[in-house]
Amino acid sequence: MESKYDVLVIGGGPAGAIAAKSAAEKGLKTCLVEKRPAIGAPVRCAEGIGREALMEFIEPDPCWISAEMTGAAIVAPDGTLMQLSSAQAGSKVGYVLDRKFFDRELVWRAADAGADIAVKSRAIAPILENGAVKGAKIEHLGKVTSITADVIIAADGVESKFSKWCGIDTTVPVREIMSGAQYVMTDIEIDPHSTIFYLGNEVAPEGYLWVFPKGDRSANVGIGISGRKSGKGHRAIDYLNKFVEKTFPDGKTIEHIIGGVSVCRPLDCTVADGLMIIGDAARVVDPLTGGGIYNGMFTGRLAAEVAAEAIARGNVSKKALMPYDKAWRASKMGKAIDRNYNIKEYLIKQSDSKLNDIIHSGSKLDLKEFSTLMLIKELIRVNPKLVIELGALAASLR
Amino acid sequence: MLKVHRDICGYCGCCVSVCPEGALELIDAYLSVEEKCTDCGICAKVCPVGALEARHGK
Repeated sequence: MESKYDVLVIGGGPAGAIAAKSAAEKGLKTCLVEKRPAIGAPVRCAEGIGREALMEFIEPDPCWISAEMTGAAIVAPDGTLMQLSSAQAGSKVGYVLDRKFFDRELVWRAADAGADIAVKSRAIAPILENGAVKGAKIEHLGKVTSITADVIIAADGVESKFSKWCGIDTTVPVREIMSGAQYVMTDIEIDPHSTIFYLGNEVAPEGYLWVFPKGDRSANVGIGISGRKSGKGHRAIDYLNKFVEKTFPDGKTIEHIIGGVSVCRPLDCTVADGLMIIGDAARVVDPLTGGGIYNGMFTGRLAAEVAAEAIARGNVSKKALMPYDKAWRASKMGKAIDRNYNIKEYLIKQSDSKLNDIIHSGSKLDLKEFSTLMLIKELIRVNPKLVIELGALAASLR
Repeated sequence: MLKVHRDICGYCGCCVSVCPEGALELIDAYLSVEEKCTDCGICAKVCPVGALEARHGK
């Protein structure tokens, strides 16, 4: 690690790794710091990603893919199952990754592209000059080093402390943090090629419970509930244990995972003088699904591209970095966040009986394109009343 | 001040994201609580496993 870089990336998840790789590929002198001693661990993720989304960044590789998905299912509060399949029967629609190896692969690629990597190296404070971010103080084994860079990319995940230290409020509202728990389970009876989502206020208040296959008889079994529904005796772990005891009483848990996922709107602004914020740290998680891998990689690549242009012009002011903020908001991803936020806000207000009604309307949906947008469109088609309830939102989906 | 039950905490960072004071910091495998903690109890509420205890908060 040197003391001066063009780009300093804080955080070695998918967002930070793609940002570092893209920056290095643009010829920028890049360093990525990760506070944990290992890339990819501990996992804080259900590990699902759509096929097209993944392919935009990397060719699927069995080294870091746990399972291939051909469909999905939604279980209503009353237990009714709605199956979702691709119109092209049997085609792969998504993957459940092995994040320990996936994240490592991405950081490896950033290193191969020329970026320096430092693990067990934690940013403890920004270096500020007249309000502009000029670098970070990095602590490694008790020793603090000052690293300066033209552009700092904050990719520090759900905690998002670096931007907070720079004066940007990244606090997630209590009702919009998904308090999560997950077991990696084995020796359980599942459909190994279909993800399952369980809805209902008894199962997962203002969230959902998932079973994402990791193999023929193993899966990520996890849950996210709204922070406002969490409390003593009714936490994410309590709901998860209740489900597991009932559904997989003989299953074996080989990993215990907890975490938080933001489902709020993205930060009002994701740039400042010398600073760009990407991925979960920017609160660009899909508010409906809680998915953040693709959005992290997308904002990571875009940030590096804009940083390269700004650095080439010798101007890394907030204004000069603003094209990044504008571009992701105008992108398909940005629009999906906006739309899915509104759909999430609608869904969390519905009673179990209403959710039952919606799911009863179709026991099997063939989706032309396997996406949440297509699913919502289909649900509206089979539930014409939803058009009125969703109002302008429904109109915007056409 | 906030009590962290270290035997329960999974150092996941969920609490860090909701702290309005920025008083929590995850340092690899332990959670540090800074002086500016007001004991408001928000973090204790959202913790997935119940590792945090606000002594005087809600």
